[in-house]
Amino acid sequence: MRNALRLEPLNPAVVKPAKVKPGSENSILPLRVEGLGLILNGRLLLDDITFRLEIGPISVILGANGAGKTLLLKTCHGLLRPSCGTLSWREDNRNRLRKCQAMVFQRSVLLKRSVAANIDYALKLRGYPEKERLDRIDRCLNLSGLHPLRDRHARTLSGGEQQKLALARAWAVRPEVLFMDEPTANIDPPATAAIEQMIRNFAQEGVKIVMTTHDLHQARRLADEVLFLHRGRLLEQAAAERFFERPATRAADAFIHGELPAGSPFFTNEECV
Amino acid sequence: MFLYAYLLFTNMLVYHYSIIDWPFKYVKRNIIKAMQSILESFKMAINLMLDLNPLLLEIVGLSLGVSLTAVLLASVCGFFAGALLALCSFPGRQAILVILNAFMGLPPVAVGLTVYLLLSRAGPLGDWGLLFTPGAMIFAQWILVTPLIAALSRQVIEDLNVEYRELLWSLGANRLGMLLTLLWEGRLSLTTVMLAGFGRAVAEVGAVLIVGGNIVHHTRVMTTSIVLETAKGNLSQALALGIILIVIACLINAVISISKNYAERASA
Repeated sequence: MRNALRLEPLNPAVVKPAKVKPGSENSILPLRVEGLGLILNGRLLLDDITFRLEIGPISVILGANGAGKTLLLKTCHGLLRPSCGTLSWREDNRNRLRKCQAMVFQRSVLLKRSVAANIDYALKLRGYPEKERLDRIDRCLNLSGLHPLRDRHARTLSGGEQQKLALARAWAVRPEVLFMDEPTANIDPPATAAIEQMIRNFAQEGVKIVMTTHDLHQARRLADEVLFLHRGRLLEQAAAERFFERPATRAADAFIHGELPAGSPFFTNEECV
Repeated sequence: MFLYAYLLFTNMLVYHYSIIDWPFKYVKRNIIKAMQSILESFKMAINLMLDLNPLLLEIVGLSLGVSLTAVLLASVCGFFAGALLALCSFPGRQAILVILNAFMGLPPVAVGLTVYLLLSRAGPLGDWGLLFTPGAMIFAQWILVTPLIAALSRQVIEDLNVEYRELLWSLGANRLGMLLTLLWEGRLSLTTVMLAGFGRAVAEVGAVLIVGGNIVHHTRVMTTSIVLETAKGNLSQALALGIILIVIACLINAVISISKNYAERASA
């Protein structure tokens, strides 16, 4: 149980090399998750989760507060060690796995330095040479609209700007998979729109986006596929259009129609499906 | 009858005032005396500083040299020990934390005695020949200050670790990278920790007196001078030295605090 909180690379026994697909030799995707469970402090928080993430579509993990979205995201990213089940990328090299992923947290965590230095720090860790770092910083700041604030201290930015910077920093390291945990929580509509546009741009550049949200409108705007999580269980993985039009479970239907209060005991596990 | 009553009343008044007024007069006299003494000490302290008395300058220089060196050495060790304790979990970590916290209040005299035994000719470190040298004083102060800096910096780094752990891991930092980043991110708080260490070192007398010996032109520092002057009954001189010590400590704290505030403003 305590091991689950340790920030270590995934257990080699758990990370299994997957078969290489022709045409996508360099990709770490697909990610296969089978029977994944997570127990923290004696509580089963994720239960028997099975899904597969492919290259391409924006995957949105949808669910009410406390459904386990963040835990699932962190477990996929390698921040938490699953208590049971398997989580296998196509790549089995731990260093490469780490380098090919990035994560943006719900509350933007910024280092106590300038906007440019925050991005530079991430690039230095990934071993980019100085010339390339400077070019990349400029490009990221232009893309995120933060170039005029380049030399400002990161902690003095507004909430929306801080989250943009966190996104730009994550994108700067050229991840193949970008995990985002409710990137627009507590952010006003204009900043939300700007961040959503950034997310679309990343996706267009070929970055696999896996994000969590409980905002149905945002999910409708961004999602190509939806993974619906309820009380630690994955009830649905479906194309976004199909999910919103014809949800396959009562819980998902209730959630879409705003009838599923967070943490509600309204549905038992048996009633969900 | 009236005369008798009048006499009784006036006698009572005289008696009353003599009883009540006596302690006030006494206290007042003593306060005035003490104030005069403090003023004299202030004058003496100012004169000592303005005269640039060579012996005083030597004592102040040695005090600062010993304490600052001890604090710098203790900071190097304390920051890394604190960071390791904050970032790593290993068997016995909790016991080390308890001991470290307890050692924050190490009695200087006990440390002085231990260092004396270690550095004395018959001791295990006797060959170093450090006893009654500034090196011995630095060693004693280093022992006193390191647990304080380690314990306080552990708390600072642990709080930062909670905030940054996931981000740094996600960005690809290894343990050493995390440690160095957290130390850098906590630099302003760690400066305050260093100031606390300097306060303990510069005000310390028991250990440096035992291992230094208070030898004039060699190991005499401000605190041991104050002890000596007090023992000689030269209280004004002792008080003057005390005032100079406080002024110097305040100046150093002020310089560091102003630099820290400037750095905070500059980074904001």
